[in-house]
This record gives sequence, structure tokens and C-alpha cells, in this order.
Amino acid sequence: MAKAPSAEDIAALRERFSEAIVGVREGLGEVSAYVAPAFLLEVCRYLRDEPRYQFNLLSDLTGVDLGLDQEPRFEVVYHLYSIPLGHRLRLKAQLPSEGPSIDSVTPIWKTANWHERETFDMFGIVFEGHPDLRRILTPDEFQWHPLRKDFPVRGYDDF
Amino acid sequence: MELDQDQLRERTRPGRPPAERTIVAEDASGIVDISELSGRELGSTMTLSMGPQHPSTHGVLRLELELDGEVVLSTKPDIGYLHTGMEKLMESKKYLSNICITDRMDYLNPMGNNLGYVLAVEKLLQLEIPPRAQCIRVLMCELQRIASHLVWIGTHALDVGAMSVFFYAFDEREKILNMFEDVCGGRMTPSYFRVGGMFQDLPAGFDAKVRRFLSEFPAALDAFDTLLTGNRIFRNRLQGVGVISAEDAISWGITGPSLRGSGVAHDLRRAEPYCGYELYDFDIPTFPEGDVWARYQVRRQEFRESLKIVLQCVDKMPSGPIKADNDKVVLPDRDDMKTHMDALIHHFLIAADGFKVPEGEVYLAIEGSKGELGYYIVSDGSERPFRCHVRGPSFVNLSAMPDMVKGSLIADVVAVIGSIDIVLGEIDR
Repeated sequence: MAKAPSAEDIAALRERFSEAIVGVREGLGEVSAYVAPAFLLEVCRYLRDEPRYQFNLLSDLTGVDLGLDQEPRFEVVYHLYSIPLGHRLRLKAQLPSEGPSIDSVTPIWKTANWHERETFDMFGIVFEGHPDLRRILTPDEFQWHPLRKDFPVRGYDDF
Repeated sequence: MELDQDQLRERTRPGRPPAERTIVAEDASGIVDISELSGRELGSTMTLSMGPQHPSTHGVLRLELELDGEVVLSTKPDIGYLHTGMEKLMESKKYLSNICITDRMDYLNPMGNNLGYVLAVEKLLQLEIPPRAQCIRVLMCELQRIASHLVWIGTHALDVGAMSVFFYAFDEREKILNMFEDVCGGRMTPSYFRVGGMFQDLPAGFDAKVRRFLSEFPAALDAFDTLLTGNRIFRNRLQGVGVISAEDAISWGITGPSLRGSGVAHDLRRAEPYCGYELYDFDIPTFPEGDVWARYQVRRQEFRESLKIVLQCVDKMPSGPIKADNDKVVLPDRDDMKTHMDALIHHFLIAADGFKVPEGEVYLAIEGSKGELGYYIVSDGSERPFRCHVRGPSFVNLSAMPDMVKGSLIADVVAVIGSIDIVLGEIDR
């Protein structure tokens, strides 16, 4: 089963980024760290390069629509994994319902490219600095972002 | 004979329009040898759309290739032709119904997809799975890995021109699918796994069938070696093609056999054991070259490692229940329903209303046949997932493909696609 970083590692991270990490939540043996969007790149680069963490693999990147009545409405979720150390960490950045946008992590992990395109396609979250932010799964002329909670499961008839 | 520029162009690149460019270099006679110039400088590159119905693209993948003669300058994969909104659909269906959806993502590895999903839900529910169910799960997943690799070896060989392997490979795969049919009735989309255990126990005589397969299959592997591994043409087509370094592979998020072909001994069955994989003895084959040949070698050896695990499963298959002891989540046995009122009520409630899953979120990754297969499930405490995201290894591995084929010949593109073993059903979801 997945291993989370030790409590000391998390405490050290919170101390190092007292401003950037706005909260930590633990559950079912997994740790989620909430990152202020403005500091995302800094935190990610540190987590990848620092020998204590070595999160060299971005396992997954996706979005969540928390609901129409929620503010902040969107969450971008990063699942980091360290091949040498074998631990996992979940990073989360919360974004507002109007014009959600966040820095792209493609300079840190190349694999973010398609993940971010998918998240843009599905949620309409814009990734600043992405080299090629186009729709990836839906057609180019598609107007909606289907994984938003206000999009009906059966879609719209006129498409 | 002295040629002027137009004649030179006509000779080296017949029928091409004159290039719009400034002269890059001039020799003493004032003639530029344009054969030294790249297609981009000459403006003579060609864009070729490969797919979506191309047989070597393993489904409906379209590649936009920018070519200079036969050399690939850049590649843009175009995906989404099979997009069916499975993640959206999963939000509207109950946890139990979603198992059938996972089958249809990577349709060559449905048992693995089932497993990743039910493990994630079971982690949210904190269910304890009995040892027999765990052993059946490992047995099924390893047989499925063999079946998936058989499709890979058949189509990969077919792509580079060796046709007969395909028939031998599908013949062997048929035996595995027949076994799946015996245990649950399904072949391509078995949906054999349930949250909390299995749909039903193994049928009588299954053990003997697996053992017969175990005794017969090594001969097929030897035949593949004769046909491919020792085949000089095949080897020349694969060696040194589609190279990716370990560092790049990790940055691109490549996992599974494709990562192990770049020399990184990373396998989630060893790194984060699930279903009791820590109890089994198996090796993780790695090859450092990072080319198509290395990836071929990794999967070729994984056949035998999976066989080792399957043999250990049938040797020490524990007896006991195949479902967790939880009436509120696990469907009762059919026989119990005919004799016990409470079993019938539980079945009705689970089938009609579903079961509630405690609030929380989980990311659970298993080693699928193609790499890290992760399920990220967010539960809001209801009987339907609030969000279910699938991290498909094919999706991520394909995104690295343009890097692997840059500068190689167009014939090598099909070799590279074959070597990363993609399934479009999972890429598009």
C-alpha cells in the first residue's frame, strides 16, 4: 500500500513554506497539502529536487469541481510519487469559479503536458505557461467543459 | 557537369517547388548544394496524417507527422476519437455499477482495471478482504497480464512485418479467455471483481486447466523466441530505435514495462504491494538501453515472471470465503438468498439503493499490464462517486511518444507505437 511522507517530513515542509502551504489534511494513510496557487511552481520544484522528498514522478494531475455553490469552486490535484523513496504526496490548489487559472508545471515534469490539456478540456482551468494548451479529448469546436457539475451527463442535443 | 540550382533541386528532390529561403552558403562556383539543407530550410517538408484508421495505430489514433523525406521531424498525436465520457458517467452511477465501466477502458487488461477500482473503493470503505479472494485476484491479474502481453507481441510483430506470430499469440490468448469464461462468463469484459471480493468462486476443475496452460505455454514462448528474438530482421528493426533515457522517461511519467526498458527497476507490485503481492516470488526484468528492443525484452521476460506468480497462486490457493464479511456492501450468495430472508433483503437494498461510501478521497495505483493504473476517487458520503479519475498508463506513455520518434524514420514510428503498448480505449476514456 502507498506510503505517505513521515510526519517530520510534512512538518519540515510546512516550516519551509509557511506562507505557501495553507493546510494539510490526512486520511486513510494519505496526505494532502493545500498550496496557495501563487507558490505552486516554487513548492513543486523544491519537492522534486530536495533530497529529502525526491518527488521525481508526477503520477497524476487532475481537477475536481467542488460544486456550483462552492467558492473556491475548483481544485487542481497533483499526485506526486518518489521512485527512489517510494512515498506519495497529494498537492491541491484551489481556484475560484470565475476564470480559474494556475501556473503550468510542465517545466518541472514533462508529463504534465497532456494531463493539463485534459484538465483544461474537462474543467476549463487555464494553465499559464503551458506550451500547447488545446482541447485533447473533445473536438476543437466543442464549447463546454464536460466534467463541470453543471454539464448534464447526456450532454446537449445540439452538438 | 555543372548544375544550376534549379537542376540540382530537380535532381535531388524531383517535383518539389523552389524553396523560399535565403542562400545559406555558397561555394567557389556560386552553387549551393541543396542536398545538404534540411527539408525545413527548403520548405519541402510534408505533413502526413497517419490514422485514425491506420492498422498500426492500434485503434483510432491519428498522428500528424511532419516529414522531411522519410525522416520524422515532429509528431502530434491526435486522440479523443473513442472519448465516451466515462469519468462523467461514473459520477452518475452507483459504485457497484461502475465496475462494468472500468472493463471497457483498457479492454486488454479488464481484470486489472477491475482490481484498481475495487481496491480504491475498498480502501474508502476500509474493508478486509479474505485471503482466498486476494489470491484469486492475483491469479486473474497475472493471467490477464499474459493475455495483454500476448496481444502486444502479436500486434507489435505484425506492425514490423512478422505476421505469423500474431496467430500463435492469439491462439494462446484464446486459452486464457476461455478460462475467464469459465470463472465468470465474460471474456473481453469479465467484470469478475466486486467491491469486497469476487462475484463467485472458481469453478470445479479450474486448477487443472490453469496447470495445463502452465505446462503448455512455455513452448509457445520458445516459439516466439525462435520467430522473433533470434530473428535478425526483427532485431535490426528494433535495436537503437525510439530511444528514451531513464531521466526523460521519468519526467514524461512513463511507467510499467516501458520504464523498465529504460533501466529503472520500478514495479508497483514490489514498491507498493497490494493483494499480498509481497508473498510471491518474482523478478523485475530491466534493460538499460531504453530502445524498442529493450522494451521488447522486458515484456518477453515478464511472460515468464507472470507464469511464476500464477504457479504460486494455484499451489497455495487458500480455502475460505471469497467475499468480505459485510452485509451492507457485499452481495450475498445466490444460495443464501433462496433460503435466508435477510440475505434477500440485503441483496435488494444493495442492488436497488447501492451502498454509501464514507466521505473521503483516495488515490490507489496498481501495476497494470502497461504501467501505473491509478484511480482517484472522491466520495461525498453518498452511493455514487463525487469524482472518479483514472490515471491510465497508455495515456501518459503515449504523450512521450513524439520525443521517442523525433529524427527517426517513418517506418520506425510503428515500431515505437508497438513498443509502448497502448490501448486507445483507456487513452480516450
